Amino acid sequence: MSGVGRAVFCDRCGAPTAEGDHARCARERDLEPPRFCPECARRMVVQVDPFGWTARCSRHGTRSSAAAER
Amino acid sequence: MTTATSIVLSRAREQVLERGEGLSEEQVLEVLQLPDSELDALLELAHEVRMRWCGPEVEVEGIISLKTGGCPEDCHFCSQSGLFESPVRSAWLDVPMLVEAAKQTAKTGATEFCIVAAVRGPDARLMAQVAAGVAAIKDAVDINVACSLGMLTPEQVTALAGMGVHRYNHNLETARSHFPNVVTTHTWEERWETLRLVREAGMEVCCGGIVGMGETLGQRAEFAAQLASLTPDEVPLNFLNPRPGTPFGDLEPMSGPDALRTVAAFRLALPRTVLRFAGGRELTLGDLGARKGLLGGINAVIVGNYLTTLGRPAEADIDLLGELEMPIKALNETL
Repeated sequence: MSGVGRAVFCDRCGAPTAEGDHARCARERDLEPPRFCPECARRMVVQVDPFGWTARCSRHGTRSSAAAER
Repeated sequence: MTTATSIVLSRAREQVLERGEGLSEEQVLEVLQLPDSELDALLELAHEVRMRWCGPEVEVEGIISLKTGGCPEDCHFCSQSGLFESPVRSAWLDVPMLVEAAKQTAKTGATEFCIVAAVRGPDARLMAQVAAGVAAIKDAVDINVACSLGMLTPEQVTALAGMGVHRYNHNLETARSHFPNVVTTHTWEERWETLRLVREAGMEVCCGGIVGMGETLGQRAEFAAQLASLTPDEVPLNFLNPRPGTPFGDLEPMSGPDALRTVAAFRLALPRTVLRFAGGRELTLGDLGARKGLLGGINAVIVGNYLTTLGRPAEADIDLLGELEMPIKALNETL
């Protein structure tokens, strides 16, 4: 699983992206890894290291900063 | 410059710069109360003090979370407490990932790699994981290994020293008088006791905290004086980054001038200590803050990301050190 599906939920707060204003979430994400799966809003298991992050959803797989930068 | 502020700075110059004697609690408070118009002069003095008593070298460190989240303590600033509705989930890092992070950290020129766990204190499983991790890192990478694993027993202190852990971090976090407003599941004195054991075992003592947690300026000065009385080898200075779901999640980040005044004041209280820029600096000070801090008393940085939040790219800090002609402290020059 590689976690590349459609983003329906905000990966910072877990709320639907279509509801509410997520501009602040987008700003905060510059200094935070994602916490919620953008496909199902499950809380992800996130590991931060000095140079990147990985975030794993039990349903939708693992995302990473390396993949996000590609 | 008014007469009063002129006296504060000239007295600090004579006492700290010339004689190497840190400011007292009352004197730190006077510095923290200086107006913004005196900030540049204050930072300049703090920089002179750092250059005179520590030299131009900067100690570079990377940090990693070995065990994330699920902590039983209630440190009100921390997203890793299992007692709050934080989005941070528990996670364990395996030894190969730990070694890889240490390798990448060493490639930046860093001499310090700190392994951190969100726990009250380590249990047998965590101690075993740390032992395996430290041994694997030492086999693979030329870097000093530090640990931050909460409160320790005398036996655990001895074990960590025996593994070759050269420095132990345990922050007092804030002034003794403010601590009960920040943590209720353990005491400031319990933390102090661990620090005493660490020193006794011959490991270097790393102890700092977080400013901007609702403390008064008087309590900030009290904290600086309490740290000075500990004579730590290193003081990491964090600025509160309010985390969603924590009791301090709605506090406002402190202002840039306040943060820089605090950096300078702590340098004047601790003229010979490694004073490290740690978490929250990106939020509080932005990109300009790294430069101003390094020219205002800071002589160590955490590069790259933090435990649960992201930092500036490591190369941005390394490039800045080159631009400021501040050499990275070499491995054989560490304390």
